[in-house]
Amino acid sequence: SGVCSMEDVWPMLRMAFVVLVLLIMLPAMFGLSLGITEAYMKILIKTLEWATLKIQKNSEEKKTLKPSSSNGLIQRDDSSLEKEIVELRRNRTRPVEGGDFALSDVFYFSRRGVESIVEDEVTHRFSSEELASWNLLTRTNNNFHYISLRLTILWGVGVCIRYGILLPLRVTLAAIGISWLVVGTTGVGFLPNCRLKDWLSELVHVMCYRICARGLSATIHYHNRENKPKKGGICVANHTSPIDVVILANDGGYAMVGQVHGGLMGVIQRAMVRACPHIWFERAEMKDRHLVTKRLRDHVNDKNKLPILIFPEGTCINNTSVMMFKKGSFEIGGTIYPVAIKVEPFCLIYPVAIKVEAFCLIYPVAIKVEAFCLIYPVAIKVEPFCLIYPVAIKVEPFCLIYPVAIKYDPQFGDAFWNSGKYNMVSYLLRMMTSWAIVCNVWYLPPMTQQEGEDAVQFANRVKSAIAHQGGLVDLSWDGGLKRAKVKDTFRQEQQKIYSHMLVRDDSSD
Amino acid sequence: MGSRASSLLREEDIEEIKKETGFSHSQITRLYSRFHSLDKGENGALSREDFQRIPELAINPLGDRIINAFFPEGEDQVNFRGFMRTLAHFRPVEDNEKNKDPSSGEPLNSRNNKLLFAFRLYDLDRDDKISRDELLQVLRMMVGVNISDEQLGSIADRTIQEADTNGDMSISFSEFIKVLEKVDVEQKMSIRFLH
Repeated sequence: SGVCSMEDVWPMLRMAFVVLVLLIMLPAMFGLSLGITEAYMKILIKTLEWATLKIQKNSEEKKTLKPSSSNGLIQRDDSSLEKEIVELRRNRTRPVEGGDFALSDVFYFSRRGVESIVEDEVTHRFSSEELASWNLLTRTNNNFHYISLRLTILWGVGVCIRYGILLPLRVTLAAIGISWLVVGTTGVGFLPNCRLKDWLSELVHVMCYRICARGLSATIHYHNRENKPKKGGICVANHTSPIDVVILANDGGYAMVGQVHGGLMGVIQRAMVRACPHIWFERAEMKDRHLVTKRLRDHVNDKNKLPILIFPEGTCINNTSVMMFKKGSFEIGGTIYPVAIKVEPFCLIYPVAIKVEAFCLIYPVAIKVEAFCLIYPVAIKVEPFCLIYPVAIKVEPFCLIYPVAIKYDPQFGDAFWNSGKYNMVSYLLRMMTSWAIVCNVWYLPPMTQQEGEDAVQFANRVKSAIAHQGGLVDLSWDGGLKRAKVKDTFRQEQQKIYSHMLVRDDSSD
Repeated sequence: MGSRASSLLREEDIEEIKKETGFSHSQITRLYSRFHSLDKGENGALSREDFQRIPELAINPLGDRIINAFFPEGEDQVNFRGFMRTLAHFRPVEDNEKNKDPSSGEPLNSRNNKLLFAFRLYDLDRDDKISRDELLQVLRMMVGVNISDEQLGSIADRTIQEADTNGDMSISFSEFIKVLEKVDVEQKMSIRFLH
């Protein structure tokens, strides 16, 4: 008697667990906060700061300079091919005829080649960002050696907390959140279509995302909320992880676009669609460009429907850069005089190429277009073309594109999903055993294409705006390089430039 | 609880590589991280495919020749030692001041060795001569489809004519050196490694 045995402790633990879950979940559903997560974050930050100081002190003592991941390995100057080759050939006389080649030309290519072997802009975007100091998670421990006993103990305690407390807590919250989503949306689905239904549906969705966000200990800061995407529009953001959806949807309702899945995901998808329209495609449907376009267009044209959420990079990038926004286009049927817009397929990608037939360029322009969604930016290939000035044309329905920048703070947990290395389940496990997710979301004002700017320039301008706002590097490399080889056209471009140096204007080749 | 990548690289190895190549300790560990990140198969050696995965290298017209320079004759795997030995050719010459070791022989990044690296880019069959055919093939790699065979042929002929001193219609290494004696090889074939 008087000894506390396992049988007594267990129910107490269970009770504490349930209370904790309720304390976190209930306020979250209503957008309030009891301050538990905030307190947790404060303790976490203090601990990590202590750990960082320890590591720094240790490396100073041992005089081992830890390579700072912010500096590169090499210093490159991006001088052009022509400039360098001309420099190489400086000290020799140009041959009178027969092309201008020097054996030293090869120096340029070999140096650039070896530079890219040592360090290149692309390959490291598909693996997690290196941290400047360790955050006590083994998975980020790439360059950090054994430091001290205290740190190791702290790491051990961290493991116990993360796997023993945080993980079950988060899995429970996620399970509750998803169940609530399924039950809630199914319930709302029974209502007739009316404003009440829309309001309830949005409430149910947002609640679920809030619970999930608590489940990841996510702290999200939204900026410039006056620019938040409105109904009938398209929201475009950089892509790091499937969690991006939770992050954005915490602040409002979006219509999701994606492929139909089986299993649990399928159940969730079917339930969501009952409450409010989302766009799920079968795999076979995605190949049918007309269908894809039509569905997206129809959704966007309905001003009562929530804005669509799209990630134009096409794949997850590790949140240090924004890669190429894919060119794509929509097929819009129905030729309307004077404009017939035939857009090529795919899910909304920035920018959009529009092939226009029987087109009259009229300035200023109000064009009556049926069933079309204006997506910024737009590349218009016009044929045949007649310029008329001026005429008024009536424009009907159009949708705006709202760019959004998402930046995660890697110190508390690496949100990047390296889909080649981890499948969805192990990725979610990693998310749920991280310390926390901290990220910033910036809503950017909708942008329009300027005069004299073509689609590619416009796309790059939007991409730059997102990159600049989020503090990310703006790259023109294609995110598809994660899996696919680079196109030959880039090599051919280099060859072409070099050929011009060999054989000048007088030759026709 | 050690680090993952560099725990496979022992201190003795680092010292040996330091002596052989002249890279500093921190440069070697960082280059080892890079080597490790390129090594998708995680077997401690790089294959040609691992190099070809680098987009900037894949679009380089001489990409395949550069990749080839890392692999010894007849082999298709390069380990970290070999990787570093090849990279060492591109160390700037000024960096040698600290490691003056008379017994170590000619450093890998000497002017001569840099020129040898470039020479081997042309010398496809490694017979220490650049034949007309080899020169044509390399030229073709650099220009793609933009120049006709005849023009390329005449460029190759002229180049060999200018360089060839002993009349064997091919360029030997010493002839190669002579042609390039006025070029600032030390600077053009060097990469600025940060410490």
